Amino acid sequence: MNTTSQKLLHIDKLVLHFKTRGGAVQAVDGVNFDLDANRAVVVLGESGCGKSSLAKAMLRLLPRNVEKYEGQVFLQGTDVMAFQDEEFRKNVRWVGMSLVPQAAMNSLNPVIKVGDQVAEPAITHLGLNKAEALGLVRKMFQHVGVPFDFADRYPFELSGGMRQRVALAMALVTSPNLVVLDEPTSALDLLTQANIMNVLKRIKHELGTSFILITHDIATSSELADEVAIMYAGQIVEVGHARDFFPAPLHPYSQMLMASVPRLRSDSDPMFITGQPPSLLNPPKGCRFAARCPYRFEKCDEEPPMFGKNGRKVKCWLHA
Amino acid sequence: MITDLREVIMNVQTDNEAQPLLSIKDLHVWYELRRFGFGHAGYVKAVDGVSFDLAEGETVAVVGESGCGKSSLMKTILGLNIPTSGEVVFDNENLSELKGDGLRHYRFKIGYVQQDPYGALPPFMTVQKILEEPLIISGMKNKEERLARIHKAMSEVKLHPVEDYLEKFPHMLSGGQQQRIVIARAMLREPKLIVADEPVSMLDASVRVEILKLMRALQESHGLSVIYITHDLSTVKYFSARIFVMYAGNLIEKADTRRLLENPLHPYTHALLAATSDPDARNADTYKEVPPGEPPSLVNPPKGCRFHPRCAKAIAGLCDEKFPPDFEPEPNHFVACWLYQDASS
Repeated sequence: MNTTSQKLLHIDKLVLHFKTRGGAVQAVDGVNFDLDANRAVVVLGESGCGKSSLAKAMLRLLPRNVEKYEGQVFLQGTDVMAFQDEEFRKNVRWVGMSLVPQAAMNSLNPVIKVGDQVAEPAITHLGLNKAEALGLVRKMFQHVGVPFDFADRYPFELSGGMRQRVALAMALVTSPNLVVLDEPTSALDLLTQANIMNVLKRIKHELGTSFILITHDIATSSELADEVAIMYAGQIVEVGHARDFFPAPLHPYSQMLMASVPRLRSDSDPMFITGQPPSLLNPPKGCRFAARCPYRFEKCDEEPPMFGKNGRKVKCWLHA
Repeated sequence: MITDLREVIMNVQTDNEAQPLLSIKDLHVWYELRRFGFGHAGYVKAVDGVSFDLAEGETVAVVGESGCGKSSLMKTILGLNIPTSGEVVFDNENLSELKGDGLRHYRFKIGYVQQDPYGALPPFMTVQKILEEPLIISGMKNKEERLARIHKAMSEVKLHPVEDYLEKFPHMLSGGQQQRIVIARAMLREPKLIVADEPVSMLDASVRVEILKLMRALQESHGLSVIYITHDLSTVKYFSARIFVMYAGNLIEKADTRRLLENPLHPYTHALLAATSDPDARNADTYKEVPPGEPPSLVNPPKGCRFHPRCAKAIAGLCDEKFPPDFEPEPNHFVACWLYQDASS
C-alpha cells in the first residue's frame, strides 16, 4: 500500500481560525510537518495551544464557527484538502486516517454492544457484511488485548482501560495508515497508561501504522515518539527526532518545558515558566514566546521562520 | 465509647514525647450496597483497616490508583464521611465523638485543596465572595477583619495585587490562578492540616511545578502538616517526606520517600515505579512490564493479600490464604507482603 519513498503525510501551512464575538481565534496558524510511514510523531503543548484543533483540522471535523480553514494536507501524495466533504468522508476519514478522540473511553455509545460499535466503521467504509466485520473485530481485539467475548458487552460493563482499548480497536478496524490520538491516556491510571502505551507500540510494530499522538504529558509521550513537534500558541515551534530532542531541545520554550517535568530518576530541580501563553485572539506580531523568553533580543519582534539545523527545525532567531 | 476514651487517655499518658497531630487506628470505611433501594447487598470496603500517625509539620503522600480508596480515606479525615469502625484522632479530638458544632469546628482545622480548581470554585461568585464565605460561616463578624484575612491569604499564594483579583469570577482566571484561590481558601482558617487531593493533576506542566513549590513554601513557613494524595510518583519527592502506597483499601507500604523510591519492596510498588516514565527517547524501544489484570472489586476483595492474583511472586498457599500483616524489613519501612516475613525481626 505504501510506496517506500513517499511521505505518508505532508502538511503545508494549515490554518484553522474560529469566529468568536471577540474576533478570530487563531487556534492553528500555519502548521507544517511531515510524517513517514510507520513512524510516530508526538505533538506536545500546553492546554489552549491549539493541539486538539490541529487534530480536528486534519480530519476536517469542524465546528460551525470556522472563520478560516486553509492549507494543504497531503495524505500519501494526494491533497485531501481539495476534496469535497462527501469525498473526504468516503475516502479519507477512517480509511486514510482515523481519530481516537479525547476521553475516547467516554465517547462510546452506551446502548450499543462494543463489538457492534467497532464493526460499524468496517461495515460502512469497507462494505463488509456483519459477519465479516465481526471477524475483523475479533482480529483487532486481539491486537489491542481485549478478550473477544467482551464484544457482547455494553460499554458500562468495561473498565476505563478496556474501553480505551475498544476505542483504539475501532480506529484500527478499517486499517488506516495513520491514526490520530488525542490525549489517549490522560484520564487513565498509571498502570493502565503503561498498558495502553505498550499496546500502541505493539500495533506500530505489527501493523505498521503511523501515529500522531497529541498530548501534554511529556514523560508518557516519550514512550512512543519517533519524532517530536512542540506547539505553542497555534504554531509549531520545534520539530525533531526524539533521540535529538529529549536530551537537548533547541527552542527556549521547549527547553523550559522540558525543565518543568518532574523526574523520578534524577534529582534535578524542576523549573516553571513564568507568565502565560498569549491570547490567540490577538497574538503578538513577532515570536509568540518572546514575552516569556529569557533570551529575547531585538530580532524577536519579527516573526522567525523555521530554521533547519542537522535535520531538526526550530522557529527561533537564536538558531538563525 | 467509654473504653475508647480510656484508650485515648492511656495513649496520651504513655506517649509523653510528641503526640501525633493525626492518629488513625484500624480505620474502616464501608459503603452499604442496597438492592432495589432497600435490601442489603453487601458493602464496598473502600478503606479496610488503615492505621497511621502524622506528626505536626509532617508531609505525607498517599499514592494509589483510582478506586483504591484514597479519596474515601481523605474524606473521612476531613470529617465528611462517617467511619464504619476504627478511630480518627485529630488534635486530641476523636472524630466519631463529634457532633454538630464540634464537627464544624473540627472541619475548620483542616484545609482542603480540591483536584479540579474550576469545579471547586462556584462560577457565579466573585473571588472575594468565595473567600469571604468560609469566614462568615466560621463566625468572623467584622467585615474589615475578614478582608484583612483574605488579603493575607491571597498574598501568601502570591496573587498580587490582591485588588485586581477580588472582583473577578473564576472563569476569568487561568488554571494556575484558580488553583491559587483554592489554596488560599484552604489556608483562610489557618488550619494545622491541609489535605490536597491531586492538586496539580489538572494543570499544565509548566504551572504544575509552580503550584507544588508554592505549597511547599506554605508548608514550611506555617509548619503545616500536609496529606498529599496523588497517583503521580514523580512529583512526590518534591513535596513529601513519607509515602504511603495504597491498594484496594489497604496501605501496603509505608516508608520515607527517598527510601521507598530507591528500595521499593512491595511488588505493587515496584510495578508503579516501573510504569512511571521519565522523558527519554529510549523508552520507545522497550515494552513496560505491567502486572496483568485490574484492581479487584472492593465488594468482594480476594482472600489473602489483595494483590496476589496479579502478583508474579505470589506464594501459593500463603498469599492467597492469609492477609499479610505489616512487616518491617528495615527500620521505619513497613510493607504488607509475605515475601518479607523472614526479613523482619
